[in-house]
Amino acid sequence: MITLSLPIYDIMKITATILLAAFSTICFAQKQEKDSISPVDLNEIIVISKKTPARLKQPKSLATVEEYLQQSSKVNMVRRGGYALEPIINNMATERTVITIDGMRIFGACTDKMDPVTSYVEVSNLSEANIASGQQGSCHGPTIGGSIDLKRANLNQKELGWNGAAKTGYETNNQHKILGTSIGFNDKSFYVNTDFTYRDAQNYKAGNHEEIDFSQFTKYNLSATAGFYLGKKGLIEGAVIYDKATDVGYPALPMDVSLAKATITSLRYSYTPVSSYFTNWETKVYYNTITHKMDDTKRPNVPIHMDMPGWSDTYGYYSKLKGRYENHHFMANLNSFYNKSIAEMTMYPSNPKENPMFMYTWPDVRTFYNGLYLEDGMQISPNANIKVSTNIGIHSNKVADEFGLQSLEIFYPDMNATKNRVLKSLAGNYILHHNKFEYGFGLAYGERAPSVSEGYGYYLYNSNDFYDYIGNPNLQNEKSFEANLSFGFKTETFTANLTSSFFHIQDYIIGKIDPNIQPMTIGGSGVKVYNALNYATIFNTDLNLEYKIAQNWYFKTLLAYSCGKDDDHNNLPFISPLRYSGNLQFKKENFNLGFGASGNLTQVKFAAAYGETKTSGYVIFNFNSGYTFPWNEKKLNVQAGVENIFDKYYTTFSDWNKIPRQGRNFFINVSYVLF
Amino acid sequence: MKNFKYLSFLFLAITFFSCTSNSDSTPETAVDETLGLVKIQKLSNENHVIELYSETGVLTQGYNQISLRIKDKTTNKYITNASFNWIPIMKMAAMQHSCPRSGIEKISGKQTLYRGDIIFQMAQNDTDAWHLQIDYTIDDIKSNATSAIAVIASQKRTVNSFTGTDGVRYILAYISPKTPKVALNNMTVGLYKMQDDLITFNVVDNFKIKIDPRMPSMGNHSSPNNTDLLQSLSGGTYNGKLSLTMTGYWKINLQLLNATGEVLKGEDFATENLQSSLFFEAEF
Repeated sequence: MITLSLPIYDIMKITATILLAAFSTICFAQKQEKDSISPVDLNEIIVISKKTPARLKQPKSLATVEEYLQQSSKVNMVRRGGYALEPIINNMATERTVITIDGMRIFGACTDKMDPVTSYVEVSNLSEANIASGQQGSCHGPTIGGSIDLKRANLNQKELGWNGAAKTGYETNNQHKILGTSIGFNDKSFYVNTDFTYRDAQNYKAGNHEEIDFSQFTKYNLSATAGFYLGKKGLIEGAVIYDKATDVGYPALPMDVSLAKATITSLRYSYTPVSSYFTNWETKVYYNTITHKMDDTKRPNVPIHMDMPGWSDTYGYYSKLKGRYENHHFMANLNSFYNKSIAEMTMYPSNPKENPMFMYTWPDVRTFYNGLYLEDGMQISPNANIKVSTNIGIHSNKVADEFGLQSLEIFYPDMNATKNRVLKSLAGNYILHHNKFEYGFGLAYGERAPSVSEGYGYYLYNSNDFYDYIGNPNLQNEKSFEANLSFGFKTETFTANLTSSFFHIQDYIIGKIDPNIQPMTIGGSGVKVYNALNYATIFNTDLNLEYKIAQNWYFKTLLAYSCGKDDDHNNLPFISPLRYSGNLQFKKENFNLGFGASGNLTQVKFAAAYGETKTSGYVIFNFNSGYTFPWNEKKLNVQAGVENIFDKYYTTFSDWNKIPRQGRNFFINVSYVLF
Repeated sequence: MKNFKYLSFLFLAITFFSCTSNSDSTPETAVDETLGLVKIQKLSNENHVIELYSETGVLTQGYNQISLRIKDKTTNKYITNASFNWIPIMKMAAMQHSCPRSGIEKISGKQTLYRGDIIFQMAQNDTDAWHLQIDYTIDDIKSNATSAIAVIASQKRTVNSFTGTDGVRYILAYISPKTPKVALNNMTVGLYKMQDDLITFNVVDNFKIKIDPRMPSMGNHSSPNNTDLLQSLSGGTYNGKLSLTMTGYWKINLQLLNATGEVLKGEDFATENLQSSLFFEAEF
C-alpha cells in the first residue's frame, strides 16, 4: 500500500469510514418515514424487448444485443469482426467486468475472447440490460469497471391465454437475414414461453464497397421458460437457452469459429412474502456449458494448421433477499459459482508422419467463488438518499490437470496448483435532490482476482499486438479506488445528466514483455507475461442531454470522454477518444422517425507504449423510420432505415487490428403479433 | 452371489496349492526378477547362459540400459555371486572399435539380476556388426561368452560421435528423459572421450553442454528456462533442465564447451543456420 496512491487510499478510507459512521447514526436517529420511498437506483437500464410505450421503442428492434448495449454512454465494443463483439464498460474489458444473464455467471470458452457472454443470447431472450458503473455492479461478483446484467423477460406479467409473434428482418450490407418467433401460453397457475431466432449473414462490406472476407456468421437461438405459481406468493421457474453459432468469421483474427455453442439452464424459486420487512426472496440454481471451436481450415496461407477448442462449464446459485425497514431498502445476495475452463491447442505439422503438437492453453482451471453482497439504500431526508453496499468473496483457483500444471511449471517451478483469495468491495453513494437538480457523489473500493487467462494462460496469441501471452499465478488482486460524481437537471422539456467516474487501480494487470522468452507463434513479436503495474488511472465522463423541441419532436445528444494512464503516464490501450452522437426524433402514436449522427474524434491519446497506433476520427449518419399498422385486428410493426448513409470507410479505436466497420446498410425489421 | 463364487474359488486354490508348494524346494525361481523386462538375447558357453534384458527387448543405437542374469546349465539355477565385465566391439572391414559402457553391478534388492549401460554410437549395417563379449567370474573362476548382437538404428538422433575442434573424438549420448513431457524435464546425457586404442572410453569431466530445443515444424521456436547441462559429480553424467512447451518433434540443438568455455562443437541458432551440427531429437 505504500505507493503513490497512499493519499488517495487514505482519503477513500476516511471517507468510507465517515459514510459508514453517518449511515449507522442515521439508522438509529431517523424516525420512521412514510412508506412511499423508492429504492435508490444508480444503474442505467437499456430496454430491449419488453412491451414498452411507443416512446421507448427501439428504432431497430431486431438489432443485436451488442447494438443495444452500445447505446449506453458507459459501454463500448471491441470488435473482431461482424459477430460476438466484446463489451467494455468504463473502458474496461471482460476481465474487469461482470456480465451476467439474470444474475447467472457465465464464462466464455475462448482464450481469444471471441465469445463474450453477450454472444450467447439473443434480443428475443431479454427484456432489458442493467448497466452498473464500477462497484455499483458488484452485486453478482467482484468487478472493477462495472457490470451488465441481461434480464430475461418477465413473462408472468402478460395477459392470460396464448400469445405469439413472428419477426423477420433483412439487412442489405451483409445479406443479414433474421427470422424469429415467440409463442407462449399463460394460465392462472403456470406459464410457458418459447422463442426462436435465426440469423444468417454473409461478409459485410466496409465503406466504398470493400468486402471484408471472413465476416460471415450463422446463429440459432432457442429459449424456453416455464413457471408454476405456488400459491399466491411462490413461483418456481425453469429456463433454458440453447445458442449455437456456426461458420463465424473473425476477419481481424487469424482464425474463425466453426462452432460456438452454449446451453444455459436455470431453476428459480421466487417468494414474495407479505411481511412488512421482506419484499422478495429469490433463489436460483444454474448450470451452463459452452463449447467453442476455432477453425482455420478456410483460411488461405496458414503457416500451420491448428485446432483450438475450448470448454467452459459453470455451476452456480444465488439467493437474493430484498426488503425494507422504515427508511431502508436493503438487499442481500448470497452467491456462488464453480467454473471449469479448459482450452487446447493442437497444431498439425506439414509432415504427416510427425506427431501433432499439443498443449493446454487453459489447463483445466477450476474457479470456485463464494460471496455475500449487502446493500442498503436509505432516505436520510426528504430529498437526500444514501446507498451503501459491500461485497465479500472467497475466490479459489485450481489447476486440475497434471499435464497443464507441469506446463505452467516451466515458467513457475514453485507454483501451487491452488490459489485462494479474499475479494472485498465497499461502496457508498450520496444523492441529493434539490428542485430540478440532482447531485450525486460516491466513493468505492473493490478488488478482483485475475482471470483464467491472466492467471493460467499458456501461449495465448494476441493478434492485435502480435505477442504470445503467458499467465501469472502469482498476481496480486487488482484493487480499485473509485470516486464518482453525477449531476442531473430535469424540467418538462429538458433533461441533462452528467456523470463522471475516476478509477485508481492498484496492481493493474497487464502483459509485460519478457525479452528472455521466445514466442511460440510463427511470426510473433515476442512474449508478454501478465504482470502488474503499480497502478493505472481511468477517468470517464459523459453528458446526456435530451430536449423536447416541440410536440412529438425530441433531440438527444451524448458526449463521452475518457482518459487512461499507467503509472508512467503512458496512455492505456483501448481507451475511447471523445465520442459523440446526436439524434433528432419524431414520435407520434404509431409512427416514428429518427435522424442521427455519431462519431469519434481522432484518438490522439493512443497507447504507443503498448503498441497502439493512432485512429482517425469519423462521423456517420443514420436514418430510421417505423410504423405500426393494424392488420387483421393485430399489429404489424415495420421498421426500416439506413445506417452509415454516406458509406463512410472508417475504423475506431476498439476495432481489432483496425478492421473497418460496416459501410452503408439498409435494414428492415418486421414484427407481427400472431395471437 | 458373484463374490461368494470368487471367494470359494480362492478358498479351493489356497487349500490345494498350499499343500504342494511345501514339498517342493526351489525358492529362487519363485520370483521372476525380470518382470517388466523383455529378453533381448542369450549368450552362452558350455557351462553358463547369460540372458540380456531391457525394457524394450532390443538394442538400439544410443544409450541402452541392459539387465542381465547368468544361469548354470547343469543346476539350471541363476547365479547370485557373479561379477562381470563386458566389451562391445564393432567389427568393420578395416578396423574395429568399442563404445562407451559402464561397469555391471548387481541391482540392489535383486538376487540374480545385474545391470549396466552401453552407448552404441552407431547401428549395425549390412557389412558391419556388433559383438558383445562378457567376461565373468564366479567363485574366482573366470570365464567368458561372446555373441553377435543386433543393434538397430535409432529413428531419432540420440547419440553424436564427433571430433571436437581440439582434435579429440567425443561421444555424446542422450540418456533421459526417456519419456519427455510438456514440462521442465530433467535432462541427462553422457559425455565420453575415445582413447587412441578405440576401445577405451572415459567420461569427460568439467565440460558444459548448452541446449537450445526448437521445433522445426513450427518456425523453429525455442522454449524458455532451459539450463546448461553440467556434471554434478566428477565421472558422472551431465544434468540440466530441458523445457518442452508442447508435444511434437523437438530438435535439441547442442553446443559442447570445454572447461575453459571454448566451443568444441556446435553452433548458435541463427536465421542463416537453423540447426546446430550437434543435436538430439525427441518426439512425443
